[in-house]
Amino acid sequence: MDRQKKPTGLPTALNQLGDPYPKLYFYRRIVQAKLFIDQHFAENIELFSIADEACYSKFHFIRKFKEIYRKTPHQYLISVRIENAMKLLASGIPVTAVCDAVGFEELSSFSRSFKRIIGINPSDYLLKQQILKKQITDSPLTVIPHCFAYQYGWLEK
Amino acid sequence: MITRMTHMNIYVLDQDSALDFYVNKLGLKVVIDAPMNKDARWLTVGTPEQPGFEINLTPIHESLLHSKDTAEALRDLVKKGTFGVGIFTCTDIFATYEELQAKGVEFIKPPTKEFYGTEALFKDDSGNWFSLAQLN
Repeated sequence: MDRQKKPTGLPTALNQLGDPYPKLYFYRRIVQAKLFIDQHFAENIELFSIADEACYSKFHFIRKFKEIYRKTPHQYLISVRIENAMKLLASGIPVTAVCDAVGFEELSSFSRSFKRIIGINPSDYLLKQQILKKQITDSPLTVIPHCFAYQYGWLEK
Repeated sequence: MITRMTHMNIYVLDQDSALDFYVNKLGLKVVIDAPMNKDARWLTVGTPEQPGFEINLTPIHESLLHSKDTAEALRDLVKKGTFGVGIFTCTDIFATYEELQAKGVEFIKPPTKEFYGTEALFKDDSGNWFSLAQLN
């Protein structure tokens, strides 16, 4: 296996690990791309430019990203958008506002992606979460194991 | 015949801080977050690939279970890093290590090759420690 030359002057923890560790610089670039998506998912991210910045061919970048995160960068971006959409929907924000807020340009593609990944429409998800939230607030003891509730004294009234 | 484990307890010093650590740093998901009384809520998190297994982030205070003294002693022990709680596995330990370090997770030991895989040790925000492993 060829080893990437250890970069100098970069204050990263992995660089301090020394030589026995494989391709440290490379890991750092992939992780940075992932964290970039985590932070900027709502923007119009150009994934090819991330690959450029990571100094890898598009093909190599996508393959290594998928090895680590089990999704291509594009699939990962969509999944981060959907996850954040779930949080916003659960807090009661309307579907169209959520669609905008997480970076989808069209409601139809948002709904399609959401349904493909989660299994139900965003509007149904919002409704279900509102019902669940009400149940948790109104009668919390219906959502937890009573053995624990008993031990902590939560069953006493 | 016992078949599965569905819940485990981790004693934490502060549930809000633990929620931030386990969700925003480790990347786990909230399963249930239900208020119980003014001091405590039932707060469970799960890993992305194990539906049905919940880690209960348990606050430590006086209850039927713990006297005041016991609760205090337990908090001290947790803070001191007495409890090794479990092993998290990951797809790629070097990438995961890099990410968690970037997010400020404290590692006791960097990834080290063992005969069964590569393993690092980290602490949660309360003092509980875990292994992070990529198994062969």
